[in-house]
Amino acid sequence: MANALRDVAIVGVAESDIGRVPGKSKFQLSAEASRAALDEAGLTIKDVDGLLTTIITEGGQFSTMMMAEYMGITPRFTDSTSIGGSSFVTYVELAAMAIATGLCEVALICHGSTNISDRGGKGGPVSASTDVFGPTQFEEPYGVSTVGSYALAAQRHMHEYGTTSEQLAEIAVATRHWASMNPKAYMRDRITIDDVMNSRLIASPLHLLDCCLVTDAGGAVVLTSLERARDLKTKPVRVLGTGEAHTHRMISQMPDLTQTAAAISGKLAFERAGLTHADIDVAEIYDSFTITVLLTLESLGFCKKGEGGDFVEGQRTAPGGDFPMNTQGGALSYTHPGMFGIFTVIEGTRQVRGECGPRQVPDAKVALCNGTGGVLSSTGTIILGRD
Amino acid sequence: MALPPLPRPYQDTAPYWDAAREHRFVLQRCAACGEHQFYPRGVCSHCLSSDLEWDEASGKGTVYSFSVNHRAPHPGFADNLPFVLAIVELEEGPRLMTNIVDCDPETVTIGMAVEVVFDDVTEEITLPKFRPA
Repeated sequence: MANALRDVAIVGVAESDIGRVPGKSKFQLSAEASRAALDEAGLTIKDVDGLLTTIITEGGQFSTMMMAEYMGITPRFTDSTSIGGSSFVTYVELAAMAIATGLCEVALICHGSTNISDRGGKGGPVSASTDVFGPTQFEEPYGVSTVGSYALAAQRHMHEYGTTSEQLAEIAVATRHWASMNPKAYMRDRITIDDVMNSRLIASPLHLLDCCLVTDAGGAVVLTSLERARDLKTKPVRVLGTGEAHTHRMISQMPDLTQTAAAISGKLAFERAGLTHADIDVAEIYDSFTITVLLTLESLGFCKKGEGGDFVEGQRTAPGGDFPMNTQGGALSYTHPGMFGIFTVIEGTRQVRGECGPRQVPDAKVALCNGTGGVLSSTGTIILGRD
Repeated sequence: MALPPLPRPYQDTAPYWDAAREHRFVLQRCAACGEHQFYPRGVCSHCLSSDLEWDEASGKGTVYSFSVNHRAPHPGFADNLPFVLAIVELEEGPRLMTNIVDCDPETVTIGMAVEVVFDDVTEEITLPKFRPA
């Protein structure tokens, strides 16, 4: 299948302040990340004519109208598709489509969240609803949670394939190793498999260190045509292939607890890019939980179904391993403001540009970024490459 | 003691919750294609027909997956830790979310046979849950 989106490039990426940022609103974090991403490309907010964002927490209704007004712009392409943390990866597909067809020229994808400050600086649940309308009334009364949902998938994978908690822990340990090399990462002290296994059980079989962080953060990605990108300050990073899909909303409705929609979105992205797994130099895989990564690697076809546990053994995804993954430290150790997708795109872009310093994967030419949203519900896969 | 979040029945779901209050476990079956579905909807999720009937269901199934939860996702679960969150595959085919009750959480396994029990949480709302059969 030909990919009409190939002549679009990412020209700017940036984070805002991340971690605990109690003095800034989610809107400010989103706008400051946007300013930084535009700055590095040599663009300004006035160049932006396409805006893609979603805010799923308080104050986020009509997200693109809210953020466009906040930043003083009048987009002619606007999209607030809300499919969870994968949204910001699928926005790359939408933005590229809009640019390739002339619907807009400069598209800004932005995200801001004060996920830890909103909880008074502590993690833990925020839900206190007493009355549930809609289909989730068949889950919430039984105590469903995000971690509980992913735990159901992990338990099923262990049952079907003999996957172990130690194998899941390999992912957390490798990811923290990468974080130790990233000054912006929230958790940078190295950990061991025993540390993960000895951290408290949250929802069996998932331990505390199998779970992502809860932080404040903003991020932004700017895209334009490859032609215009070549005149800007940054090295253009091309969008080689994209795919998106979703299979369910609620975990009890997931067709197969051991396979995500990445089996669809990944296949599309590889086909459209005309590339194979062997072409991928670095992978940025949304790691809301260790099990998310394991299921995604299988669903994307980096290994066979059921072999994810063996695949990640021996710190294969760590610095120095032969499958560098989540090189900024991931949602497990770098940052996680509730929806992480945009940060996979930011790091994938930086790796392809070759600007990651000590954590740079040598000569990384092609990056795969995969976002997962909801409860293993939606995925967006993109493949990025050098111009 | 705080209550868990409870369903607010609506057009699609009121017959299900009405039956549960009477300690009957019912499932929708499509008169057009014959498939059962869960959760209740206004149309069939297999063929989009609106011709749906309510069947008395067996209330029997097996554990498809489970997790022993040690943290309360809502204040209504704080006095009930740990609890077993589970997906049960019903004899009739559909899967649903529930809790496995009346047993030691550590004894729950995937594939375990279970049967429905009714938890009268309030006068209006009864939650179908499952226990080892």
